[in-house]
Amino acid sequence: MYQEVILDHYKHPHGRGLRDGDAEVHHVNPTCGDEITLRVKYEGSQIVDVSYEGQGCSISQASASVLNELLVGKQLAEAQKIQETFLELMQSKGRIEPDDAMEEVLEDAVAFAGVSKYPARVKCALLSWMAWKDATAQALGEADAERKTA
Amino acid sequence: MTQLPGLLDTEAIRKDFPLLDRQVHDGKKLVYLDNAATSQKPRQVLDALNEYYERHNANVHRGVHVLAEEATALYEGARDKVATFINAPSRDEVIFTKNASESLNLVANMLGWADEPYRVDHETEIVITEMEHHSNIVPWQLLSQRTGAKLKWFGLTDDGRLDLSNIDEIITEKTKIVSFVLVSNILGTFNPVEAIIRRAQEVGALVCIDASQAAPHMPLDVQALQADFVAFTGHKMCAPTGVGILWGRQELLEDLPPFLGGGEMIETVSMHSSTYAPAPHKFEAGTPPIAQAVGLGAAIDYLSAIGMEKIAAHEHALTEYAVKRLSEVPDLRIIGPTTAEERGAAISFTLGDIHPHDVGQVLDEQGIAVRVGHHCARPVCLRYGIPATTRASFYLYSTPSEIDALVEGLDYVRNFFG
Repeated sequence: MYQEVILDHYKHPHGRGLRDGDAEVHHVNPTCGDEITLRVKYEGSQIVDVSYEGQGCSISQASASVLNELLVGKQLAEAQKIQETFLELMQSKGRIEPDDAMEEVLEDAVAFAGVSKYPARVKCALLSWMAWKDATAQALGEADAERKTA
Repeated sequence: MTQLPGLLDTEAIRKDFPLLDRQVHDGKKLVYLDNAATSQKPRQVLDALNEYYERHNANVHRGVHVLAEEATALYEGARDKVATFINAPSRDEVIFTKNASESLNLVANMLGWADEPYRVDHETEIVITEMEHHSNIVPWQLLSQRTGAKLKWFGLTDDGRLDLSNIDEIITEKTKIVSFVLVSNILGTFNPVEAIIRRAQEVGALVCIDASQAAPHMPLDVQALQADFVAFTGHKMCAPTGVGILWGRQELLEDLPPFLGGGEMIETVSMHSSTYAPAPHKFEAGTPPIAQAVGLGAAIDYLSAIGMEKIAAHEHALTEYAVKRLSEVPDLRIIGPTTAEERGAAISFTLGDIHPHDVGQVLDEQGIAVRVGHHCARPVCLRYGIPATTRASFYLYSTPSEIDALVEGLDYVRNFFG
């Protein structure tokens, strides 16, 4: 479960710290007390930043770091595909052996495949991804609203 | 193997617990140190459950057939055993619930619906402490929100004990109920009952004690405690899950209204109104946890045969050894009393900045079962500025070599994340 890639991200997180954003969310994992505050910054449909602060286990923190590395610079549609693929992998209960196609989409995030065997830890891995999804809905929802009122 | 004065013959005791023989993760010996969450069950309890279902199963208090009579005798016999175990003046003061949480919710609801002089309303106050399990916080928050009563609490000292310095301001003439934990499930602290009860009695407040982490581990005498209610649960003391206990003083149980309505708790029922059975049945609506109560009776027989004094001495010796060994682990900080005095056998700690979930996971890979998280006592974590802790907790079958295994396991964890 503790792949080298995961420990690397845990010890040397990418993009940690809160920066300017269009929306901010705070998510918690009540079973173990992992917490994350996450902000997204969009330019049109391009993700220009995902910044975050959090505390929690190595899985939850490494996952946020991987998310930052993967999603920043991507178009929303591509990012959503990555998020959905990661969700599918994490909900697989260890039954999905990532193939080349999946590896291409998920890059470092395939390292979390082993975590999906541990039901208690799946939420840790998904925490930042659910926060990103929520923040994105808020950011783009508000942008929609702004366009409509403009 | 380490020998300590006061230890029980764990080699013999462990033979009674089939689960303790288990291996996990490809042949690793199980080291079960999560006893504050739940205890394992001895063969004697498992046999009693089996025999009940194979020979005597029937609903209680309802039939005239032989099985109904046997089941009723076994269920009521378990009540007698509980009454003796806690030195209750009367067996009718022992109410079976499904767990300690239900017991505490029952007290809160009795008082919320009561008439004077017990009634909790917007002019009165409820007192708890910052070290309560959520089960002794949330029912009182609910009662406070529903009645307008003010909720107050004792804070904690830096070394994990109750701060009673302002006891006269916390417990006042307005206080209707003081509810607190006897032994903390997260800090391990054994609380000073007498000081709190003396003040509560001065102002005429009722006292409810959560004894969930005490009843399994030490002699419990409700008369000596002088409380009005005592709540605990079966599954932490070798009994099955699904049965808890509320002990209450008889005159209170007579005066206070029922909470759950249903079968078995009534005297007569018409379409317009009902009258209620005397306590304890008034508080036991519906088919009770019959097999579980029978199992609890067997657990009490088992623990009593060993002796609660001896179990307490065994755990005290283990706790002394554990705090000494744990203090040798670099970066380990015990959250709660750092000596074995006035504390129970649940020890919470942090290990550097390694998250407890990672500590627990890597220990589990070595077969060592501990609890990680906030232990349903999140205010304690907030108080000490930590997100969570790792907790090791012992019982009558725990051994010094299991503590050695934990310490070795923690060294491995430190190297792994170092």
